[in-house]
Amino acid sequence: MRFEARDLVVRYPGAQRPALDGISMTVPDGCLYAVLGPNGSGKSTLMRSLMGALEPTSGGSYIDDREVGTWDRRELARAVGAVAQSETLAFPLTVREMVGMGRYPHLGPLAGEGDADREAIATALAECDVTEFTARDVTTLSGGERQRVRIARALAQQPRALVLDEPTNSLDIRHEMAILELLRRSADAGLTVIVVTHGLDLAARFADRMLLLSQGTVAAEGTPAEVVTEQTLAGVYSWPVSVTTDPATGTPRVTPLRDGQT
Amino acid sequence: MNRLTLATLLGVTLTISVLAGVRFGSVPLTTSQVFAALTAGDVEMHRDIVLQLRLPRILLGVLVGGGLALAGATFQALLRNPLAEPYILGISGGASVGAVTVLALGWAGLGSWSLPLAAFAGALLAIVLVFRVATATGQAMDVRVLLLAGVVVAAFFSACIAFILSVSSARTVQSVVLWIMGSLANASWQSVLLAAVYTVPAAVVLIALARPLNLMAIGEETAHYLGADVEGVKRTALVIAALITAAGVAVAGVIGFVGLVVPHAIRLLIGSDHRALLPLSFLGGAAFLTLADLIARLALAPTEIPIGVITAFVGVPIFLVLLRRSLAGT
Repeated sequence: MRFEARDLVVRYPGAQRPALDGISMTVPDGCLYAVLGPNGSGKSTLMRSLMGALEPTSGGSYIDDREVGTWDRRELARAVGAVAQSETLAFPLTVREMVGMGRYPHLGPLAGEGDADREAIATALAECDVTEFTARDVTTLSGGERQRVRIARALAQQPRALVLDEPTNSLDIRHEMAILELLRRSADAGLTVIVVTHGLDLAARFADRMLLLSQGTVAAEGTPAEVVTEQTLAGVYSWPVSVTTDPATGTPRVTPLRDGQT
Repeated sequence: MNRLTLATLLGVTLTISVLAGVRFGSVPLTTSQVFAALTAGDVEMHRDIVLQLRLPRILLGVLVGGGLALAGATFQALLRNPLAEPYILGISGGASVGAVTVLALGWAGLGSWSLPLAAFAGALLAIVLVFRVATATGQAMDVRVLLLAGVVVAAFFSACIAFILSVSSARTVQSVVLWIMGSLANASWQSVLLAAVYTVPAAVVLIALARPLNLMAIGEETAHYLGADVEGVKRTALVIAALITAAGVAVAGVIGFVGLVVPHAIRLLIGSDHRALLPLSFLGGAAFLTLADLIARLALAPTEIPIGVITAFVGVPIFLVLLRRSLAGT
């Protein structure tokens, strides 16, 4: 699936400056696309706008060349699985119930789960390696496990694209890598994957293309080699960095410098 | 607990309390007298007691108890707050102001409709006020604003009631206090009709919204991504639950604890899947309130204990036990 923002401006009520100030970007079909930028640069706002969860002030978001607001909600949920940055459960829920909710857009108002639904749920649980937790209460899981359950729910939607807001936030390296590997596999299998992240190095290793946001505008867009440069990063993050090639992976490695280092 | 087990248990409890409610009362009647009154009329007085007093009162208990518990479960899901209950949006305050005004002005005698209608109008006023504040930004309805507005509006109505009471006679004050405590004693076929016309279709709509309500429990943003019409579900369900509450308060006053305790207890027993939670809350609320009313009528007969006292006396211990058990289980 193809995601596109055209001159997208989003201004929250009462805000001094717009959260997104004229963003134009395109995510090609089947691409693993990483969105990066400093805190408050508009990453989550962009994700919500792409998914039609926010009304743009001007401009628009398009999925497969259709304005996102014109998509039927359930149709969109069958095509795109999205995982928000955080969610707080109002009530306890088992892992099975949580992942089962991914089938909502596929089910009629009164229909129960059929074989196809159960199979989609089982596949999603296995894919995210959470099958053993099926009966557990989601709130008793660790951060990494919970994150995988939420991604499993998105996969249970059997979507053609995934949109994830900081899915590896506060995870240890094993869980972070496991999720990124899963996303890479999904993209290789043909899904379009958009992932918001803070991890410059890992994004450079896993993503096909990267978008670097700065104060609601596009600071850089392109392949990791094009985006991850000392000059661009130092400007966007207002902090000196050194970019070298990692001998182990051959991809760019970003090292923030101490005060006074050059 | 298994859903089916709980449904059976609640169904049996409801049946027993309905039958016992018809059979027993402050006027001692034998089973055969009750049976005769129900089938063919022989003694006019027995017929009146059973058909005009006991039966409508029980049916009203079923409708009001079920409605309050259902509204409570819905509010808890939509406000994402386990402490939410049907009166949280100031609905009881609004209804009380309506009722108190009628009582203070001495209009209660103007016919059996004047008090419920005034209470219903007051509840509607509260609902309109609270919802207008919560949707003032013209964008999505913020449930936190809704909650806060509800609390403030309730405080305002309390002040109104205090003011009216301070300039009223002692007799008025007494009837107001009795009304506010809630009672099914004024049940008539008219009030049953008033409650049923609204509660039954509203319950059907809410239960049909069970699946999107499940999604709302994970959060509005996620519910949106999963394909739910978040604003539509929120507005529809909140207004319907608010009106069920208004209908209940109008005919039975402010009966506490049913709307808070019953959905919680059911949730602790079978989990938070609203497809089971909502219908079982209705059943549980109906069983609980008819049973409470039976105790209220019989415990100190011929004196009636306010039903709110019984719902608290019975509901609180049950709830605390369940809460403790569920905490020990995790």
